[in-house]
Amino acid sequence: MDAGGERMTVLGDAWRYLTTAANWTGNGGMLELMLQQLLLSVTALALALAVGLPLALWLGHLGRGGFLAINISNVGRAVPTFALLALLVTFDFPGRGDFGPYGRAGLATLIALALFALPPIITNSYVAVREVSPDVKESAVGMGMTGPQQFFRVELPLALPLVVSGVRLALVQVWATATIAALVAGPGLGRVITDGFFRTNYGKGIAGAVVVAAVALVLEVIAALAQRAVTPPGAGSPDRVEETAEDPRTLGTPVGSAGG
Amino acid sequence: MSGPLAVTSMRVTLPAATSLPTAVEPSCYSRLTNEWFCGQYLVDRRDELVEATVEHIWITVAAVAFGVLLAFPLALLARRYPRLEATVLGVSTGLYTIPSLALFPLLVPFTGLSRTTVVIGLGLYALTILVRSMLEGLRAVPEEVRESATGLGYGASKLLLRIELPLALPVIMAGLRVATVSTVALTTVGSLVAFGGLGNLIKDGVNTNFRAELLAAAVLCVVLAILLDVVLVLAQRMLTPWTRGASA
Repeated sequence: MDAGGERMTVLGDAWRYLTTAANWTGNGGMLELMLQQLLLSVTALALALAVGLPLALWLGHLGRGGFLAINISNVGRAVPTFALLALLVTFDFPGRGDFGPYGRAGLATLIALALFALPPIITNSYVAVREVSPDVKESAVGMGMTGPQQFFRVELPLALPLVVSGVRLALVQVWATATIAALVAGPGLGRVITDGFFRTNYGKGIAGAVVVAAVALVLEVIAALAQRAVTPPGAGSPDRVEETAEDPRTLGTPVGSAGG
Repeated sequence: MSGPLAVTSMRVTLPAATSLPTAVEPSCYSRLTNEWFCGQYLVDRRDELVEATVEHIWITVAAVAFGVLLAFPLALLARRYPRLEATVLGVSTGLYTIPSLALFPLLVPFTGLSRTTVVIGLGLYALTILVRSMLEGLRAVPEEVRESATGLGYGASKLLLRIELPLALPVIMAGLRVATVSTVALTTVGSLVAFGGLGNLIKDGVNTNFRAELLAAAVLCVVLAILLDVVLVLAQRMLTPWTRGASA
């Protein structure tokens, strides 16, 4: 069959692209793009944590705003990452101008990334604090702990594994979104993929995809190890929010709105 | 069905198209004005919009169906052989970690620049959500119920089809809804290989700075996600009549 031969050519091209040093180093090389995308992802994650974490933990402590926590996830899922990015770069602000080390359409990409990192962070953190056993909370009150003491000494340590699992989901989401940014003229490694495909250099596109996927898996492994580190021994594996969520609609939804 | 529906419902919210003779005067989507909301665009490019919407629905439905077909036997296997469970869940989570823009290119050497590439890629994402919800749903069936059914003489397959699946349905449907809504959103990324449904219009809108096209396609995507979600909720209510009413 002809297709078989074509496939080998494309895979060969991809292999050659990956093994050519010049494609990694230098201006606009894959290393530079990778660092750019990592910088974008870390910044966006930090922004989302700074905004979402205190809010969600506080609401969880008060036991209010569950409606917000559940719905923010559902909305995040329905809005296509690609569409939001497209709108942001086409608006007059933030537009597609350069933004410091973040590159082309950097600001628009950062905003989209941070927005899509919020749902898993907010939902998981809220549920984590909310679901701390009422008996434990009562004992804390009975011991004479004040509100802040209750939160920092009892609720937060118990909630931590689930909170970290939310951050892990957010990281996966952020990396995926940062890749899609290239589809709308954004920065990062996704550009290797889009350049390859839109200029019918499929080998290059596939090579870019391999690198993006490999980094994603490495990030996931690091995040999984971090999650294990904060999980007290014997506590079992704290999995996704939904296993403890009260709302049956979110049951069986392991991975938030990630995967974009 | 939802295409024309969504289009008309959008048109209502738009400022009435100008009464200027459109053949001569620039319409609201001409390069000069380039408005975000443009009723004239929806009228003039109706065919294109309907075609993209239909393709979007087709890809979404095919991908979710593919995901269900794969997920069901996998969930049964994982339940039957607990040792396989970690592998099944691990592999599907790993797949989910790969960004869609990278997953499609990785499939291209095998399936080419085709609709199949997008359907398979999206189906693999749906698989992750579906396997977990199926496992959870089946696990949630009370052991007593299972024992009673066995005592009544139900065989393994009859038990699964008549007792376990119906009882697991609410949880499975919850997973199906999440998978469907995410798939509608992710289909847009298929525009990388030129099969992205409404995503193709979004991409064209960005490249040519065509605001009316971009916004219309983006709104249609969200509307489509909501409509499909509503369809699934209705289907669930019809399939599980016992969960309704006071007796439930």
